[in-house]
Amino acid sequence: MSESQVAVAPLTARDYKSATKPVWCPGCGDFSVLSTITKALAALGLAPEQVAVISGIGCSSRIPAYLNTYGFHGVHGRALALATGLKVARPDLTVLVTGGDGDGFSIGGNHFLQACRRNADLTYIVMDNQVYGMTKGQASPTTEPDWERSKLTPGGPGINPFKPLVIALASGATFIARGSSSDPNGAARLLAEAIQHPGFSFLHILSPCVTFRPEQREWRKAVHPAPVEATDDPGRAARRLMTDDGFNLGILYRSERKTYQPELHARVTDLAEFDAEFQL
Amino acid sequence: MTPAKIETLPELLAHALAIEHEATDRYRELADQMEMHHNTEVAELFRKLEAIESKHVGKVETLAEGVELPRLAAWEYQWPEGESSEGPDVHDVHYLMTPYQALELALAGEEKAATFFRDISTHDVPPEVRDAAARLADEEDEHVGLIKEWLSRYPKPDDGWDEDPDPPNQPE
Amino acid sequence: MTASSVSVALTGSGGSGVMTAGAMLLEAAAQAGWYACMTRSLGPQIRGGEAAAMLRFSATPVESHGDRFDALLAIDWGNAARFADEIPLDGESLTLGDPKAGEIPEAIRAMGAHHADLALVQTAKRIGGGRPNMVALGVIAALLEIPDPALARTLERVLARKGPDAIEASRAAVAAGQVLARDLPALPKLPALGETSRDGRWQISGNEAVGLGALRGGVRFVAAYPITPATEVLEWLAPRLQQVGGVLVQAEDELASINQIIGASFGGVPSLTATYGPGLALMTEGIGLAVGSETPVVVVDVMRGGPSTGIPTKSEQTDLNIALYGLHGDAPHLVVAPNSVADCLFTAQWATHLAESLQTAAILLSDQALGQTRAVLPRPATAHFEGGRKTMERIDGEYLRYATNASGVSPMSLPGVAGGHYTADGLEHNPHGTPSSLARDHIAQLDKRRDKLLGYDYGEHWAQIEGDGSTAIVTWGSSTAAAREALTELAADGHHCRLISLRLLSPTLPEKMDEALAGVTRLLVVEQSHDGQFHRYLRAHYDLPAEVRSFCRPGPLPMRAIDIRRSLQEWS
Repeated sequence: MSESQVAVAPLTARDYKSATKPVWCPGCGDFSVLSTITKALAALGLAPEQVAVISGIGCSSRIPAYLNTYGFHGVHGRALALATGLKVARPDLTVLVTGGDGDGFSIGGNHFLQACRRNADLTYIVMDNQVYGMTKGQASPTTEPDWERSKLTPGGPGINPFKPLVIALASGATFIARGSSSDPNGAARLLAEAIQHPGFSFLHILSPCVTFRPEQREWRKAVHPAPVEATDDPGRAARRLMTDDGFNLGILYRSERKTYQPELHARVTDLAEFDAEFQL
Repeated sequence: MTPAKIETLPELLAHALAIEHEATDRYRELADQMEMHHNTEVAELFRKLEAIESKHVGKVETLAEGVELPRLAAWEYQWPEGESSEGPDVHDVHYLMTPYQALELALAGEEKAATFFRDISTHDVPPEVRDAAARLADEEDEHVGLIKEWLSRYPKPDDGWDEDPDPPNQPE
Repeated sequence: MTASSVSVALTGSGGSGVMTAGAMLLEAAAQAGWYACMTRSLGPQIRGGEAAAMLRFSATPVESHGDRFDALLAIDWGNAARFADEIPLDGESLTLGDPKAGEIPEAIRAMGAHHADLALVQTAKRIGGGRPNMVALGVIAALLEIPDPALARTLERVLARKGPDAIEASRAAVAAGQVLARDLPALPKLPALGETSRDGRWQISGNEAVGLGALRGGVRFVAAYPITPATEVLEWLAPRLQQVGGVLVQAEDELASINQIIGASFGGVPSLTATYGPGLALMTEGIGLAVGSETPVVVVDVMRGGPSTGIPTKSEQTDLNIALYGLHGDAPHLVVAPNSVADCLFTAQWATHLAESLQTAAILLSDQALGQTRAVLPRPATAHFEGGRKTMERIDGEYLRYATNASGVSPMSLPGVAGGHYTADGLEHNPHGTPSSLARDHIAQLDKRRDKLLGYDYGEHWAQIEGDGSTAIVTWGSSTAAAREALTELAADGHHCRLISLRLLSPTLPEKMDEALAGVTRLLVVEQSHDGQFHRYLRAHYDLPAEVRSFCRPGPLPMRAIDIRRSLQEWS
């Protein structure tokens, strides 16, 4: 069969969705993020079998099962480690990492720092709703200190919220962007850029929790495009991110440095060569 | 809200097709969500709307026969509000919502779609674009009428429509 | 008079070069055609601390220390009392030291050995570039009657990088030491062997052997965090993995290590990590994920004194409990243990093959005694266990990742294969891989994960069984060497016993154990633990003979044949 006869229709966003129906609460921002992911993958024309989506535990971590790609639903906080191992061992794959603010910034905090440092070619999408939804509404690392609606912290958490974009910058991430579930197409563009960016790309997506933080429906009014283009100057980016109002959308920082990808090239094919050092 | 700058027939039809496809998909997803959460009445309603939008897809495809449509990435469409007009916003649904509220969302969507095409038809665009946009706007106006009539058959929601005596569950 | 083995220890501190001298002594003995093994003991300082090199030489393979030392040579006596318990001496032993380099500690003198002074410092000073540790090497080499060609070859090999001047200076110092030895009492002699008897032999440590075994088994991805005494496994593997097209990632902690290797394995690459107790404890959640998602991994645990931070530089066999029972839920998995330095090579290779074939986690329990002992061994046999993972090359129709079948092993689809996508999950799942809380799915998958291990044919590798008798020793890991030596000595006196050393600790194989214990009426359980972890394990899982006794001793001192022998002799 000649090449010209094999006309495969390009995949649409729909083709990246699996048959599994999401169990998220109606009104959850993650539905929009699911759409964002499928649209970005469709635009890039990636074969679904060449994509792996890795997650931890939480509502947003259920996403791999809703996609037609390979996936791994791992344990709480360790998605970046799973993904790093996979990408380093299989550099041919496109590896996306998904999860929430608790999974990523609380138990997963150290892996987040190290992933930004290491700069492996991963794309990390965090659906931030400033709450632990799966476990019924506790404060998360990005929750404001005076949020009093959790039984575990009735007077409010009283701790400074984690600033993920600042931490990402300080730790060496080379692509930092923010999107919103209220703009799935815009977020899809950001995601496509993030996937194409060589190195560790961090895409922070504001994604309201309809059940435990219904007031976050107002986020769609608060978000706005960032007033300036992305900078590649870490000092300038630091200033911007430290004074960021939390609702600036777009690519906020983009630079390049060497990607962590050890060369997997065999120079020794006969293991018997290793015997020599032990032989008397 | 930025008005769309759609100036060729292929572009217009690509947008129209996307509107109907996305609306179809959106209603299907919402129907699945309602089914998952045992809101049978609204699930059925969304399924009906899915079927209707699916027919609209067919209509636009007929209109687009012989026209080579541009392949656009999701963000290359010129939606005034970032998302294509017709399907309800995912954030605006609730597992206990009533048919009235569902239809309110559907109505708002149809009205936005009508406005979208009407706007294009009143701009300085080539005649074939104007004509097609006007036709599409007329279609949407019809849909608006249908939804309004449908809406009139349902009561407004009571106070406390979103009260659930059961506490939230922790599945994982 | 010829002895079956001779044991010598060297001690010194603060840059005296004890380790170097010890390593060269080991090499020289090997070049002379003897078998030998060496362990080291050190103070807590990173450099300049007190150190002891302990060596044993024999005409037959030897991997553990004997009951006593024939000689102790101190380059200086800096804090050598620390090592007194590990270097048992008696009235037949010889201590050697330079009076200019300190006084023999009371704890050592009290053991009653003969003492002779050596002018190490003075002798070394007379030689340009000469060092006391090279003089000491010459003294011991002469006492052991190591032939000059073997010594010369050793100096050339070890000091090649330092250049001809260094080699000459050392040669002269060694020669001066040999002269000093002429005035010393004789040591027991080993049979003189022709140098050709060294042909084909290896010198290797247990940690290196684990690394080589893993490579042979197909491991090409390692993620790990350094921890004593496992670090050497990683140091050996890092450059060599690169050479074979693999990679070692230094992870940020053990939580990252176990998850990274699961990720790499999910991608199709056989993966391994190495750690010890506290690291293993951190990894237990991740290991459970490997078991639940049926992703093959190998976790090497080089055990040392516990609990908690314990005694990092000493050996113990006390991670058995956590290896067997440390995973939450019903999570059957593999636990294997090498029983000698040589066996580290085989067992690491076998563990990799088993993990890959059975799509599960294999915990390999080595320990500091095996890991950090350097031994001269016959050339290890080549085992043919490589890879073993069942994968799907192409998918026709629906693919069920966790389909149930007779063997319990369902072929794995690797990312990149069209149509074979699935989401691996720690959540319980149905055959498709979709999360499920249904009873029938949980039972089906629990059965699958258990029965695939139980239904596998482990062959004769599950245990090493030697000898015969109505009395038997059952043991595992590094305790095997001392147990074997005890039984060899008893056999020489006409008392024959059986030795059973378990290599496969989980799953348990009751039928095979029944066969192994056929005819045994008395069983001595030998292990290096305070509370008898192995004894309890045996009682829980196996039918044991009527009379069972436990010989369990915690670290830090090594297990000795004499103690095991006495324990058996008392049992009459």
